[in-house]
Amino acid sequence: METISYLLQQCVNGLQLGAVYALIALGYTMVYGVLRLINFAHGDIFMLGAFIAYYLISKFDIPIYLVFAITMVCTAAAGYIIEKVAYKPLRNAPRISLLITAVGVSLFLEYFLSLKFLFTANYIGFPRPFEVQVYDLSLFTVTNIQLIIFAVTAVSLVLLFLLIYKTKYGKAMRAVSYDQEVAALMGINIDATISLTFIVGAALAGVGGILYSIAYPQINVFMGIMPGIKSFIAAVLGGIGIIHGAVLGGLVIGMSEVFVSGFLSSTFRDGVIFIILFLVLLLKPSGIFGKRIEKV
Amino acid sequence: MLMKIEGLSVNYGAIRALDNATIEVRQGEVLSVIGANGAGKSTLIRTITGIVKPAAGNILFSGIDISGLRPDRIVRLGITVVPEGRRIFPDLSVKENLELGGHAIDDHALKKDLYTLILATFPRLKERLKQHAGTLSGGEQQMLAMGRALMGNPKLLLLDEPSMGLSPIVTREIFSFIRLINKEKGISMILVEQNAHMALEHSERAYVLENGRITLCGPSAEIKSNPGVVEAYLGV
Repeated sequence: METISYLLQQCVNGLQLGAVYALIALGYTMVYGVLRLINFAHGDIFMLGAFIAYYLISKFDIPIYLVFAITMVCTAAAGYIIEKVAYKPLRNAPRISLLITAVGVSLFLEYFLSLKFLFTANYIGFPRPFEVQVYDLSLFTVTNIQLIIFAVTAVSLVLLFLLIYKTKYGKAMRAVSYDQEVAALMGINIDATISLTFIVGAALAGVGGILYSIAYPQINVFMGIMPGIKSFIAAVLGGIGIIHGAVLGGLVIGMSEVFVSGFLSSTFRDGVIFIILFLVLLLKPSGIFGKRIEKV
Repeated sequence: MLMKIEGLSVNYGAIRALDNATIEVRQGEVLSVIGANGAGKSTLIRTITGIVKPAAGNILFSGIDISGLRPDRIVRLGITVVPEGRRIFPDLSVKENLELGGHAIDDHALKKDLYTLILATFPRLKERLKQHAGTLSGGEQQMLAMGRALMGNPKLLLLDEPSMGLSPIVTREIFSFIRLINKEKGISMILVEQNAHMALEHSERAYVLENGRITLCGPSAEIKSNPGVVEAYLGV
């Protein structure tokens, strides 16, 4: 009984972390889909989301749903601007230039925003917009934070899937990820579709940033690095470019991390994620839902 | 006149793929462009659709110069294409492929009409709407690529090697569809083909392209009996 309840508790905690990873992983996978780019700056958009929410909560007295809405608009704008300024001029450049630029954008955001008059390099306590409450469900407990994370993630995913599978803009996005040239011949505006992809991905990362900060209320300009890498691994695990793969990958990575912390030692919780990456690359580089990899 | 291509030249790096080509397309006709592999046929299509930018010359379509415009703009002006090798979206359903073809159509009623019309023209697609396009046979994929291009409500339809990879029987079937669409809907077409015999059989006028240059043009019936063409492309 003791172990079962401990196991269930770890599952709930794993879902909490996995949900956030899933939200970030979606941005990686969507951008990869349309541009074949690993957007290394994506983890920093997540960080930006956390900071924007921090300022909104600590400086203005506004309801939590507005915090989410404003943060999403701001990170979406950031994603849009980054694509326009840094990536669009490189549309016909070799892929490696784009990749290096993404690393550059990431470093720029981290070090520019860590300046004294901006976010600083310090750890800052994130003001939770509500009191933490624990509900005892006899076998395991669940907090209101976890319930909010589950609910917000579920709503975000439903909206995202509706956008991608039911609207013409989502269908355009999928068409661009399958065959950019033919998509253009269908009358799809490629640049606008790429912009939309960045906007949606960055908005989801913004949501992830808020949720993560509510759960782990310490924020810092470098906070996006590790969750960013882990979410990227989640996207690879699910099959990069595949939307539902990113969701599953995020949940698996979050679960693995929590289970390793809970049953082995928290020392190994980062290491095990990289072991997962090694195993994926070794055994099925195209990921869980990926098809055969074409020979380059 | 529907389209007038004047002095069109296209370079791929140091290679001149199309050299000072001048082509006229009349309203309602099927125009064929024949030539060997690498003669510049596909380059011509890719330049008209805006995928490739010309080095010189212009393309007047209904009086508007479309050379250098973005592909999606050109589609909205009324030029759609059945690309070489069909290039359907294999992981999407037949229905989704058709819907994508109508992406640029903002009028919902028109889109619905086009969809109904296309399914009436290609009943085999109607039977397979939910199926992944990749599971269709070659001929069905070609029909889908044609249906998808027609969903864009074109005034001018470009067909790039529609017979490629198809058996003679299926090729004949596809060409009868091309004829049908041209006759019933009055859509003008540029038909680019290596299969000169079929192309000349099913077009009013023809241009012969050799090493990026137009070497001959005229009514298809005349081109067909031109001794040079007979020797080079019709292989007696």
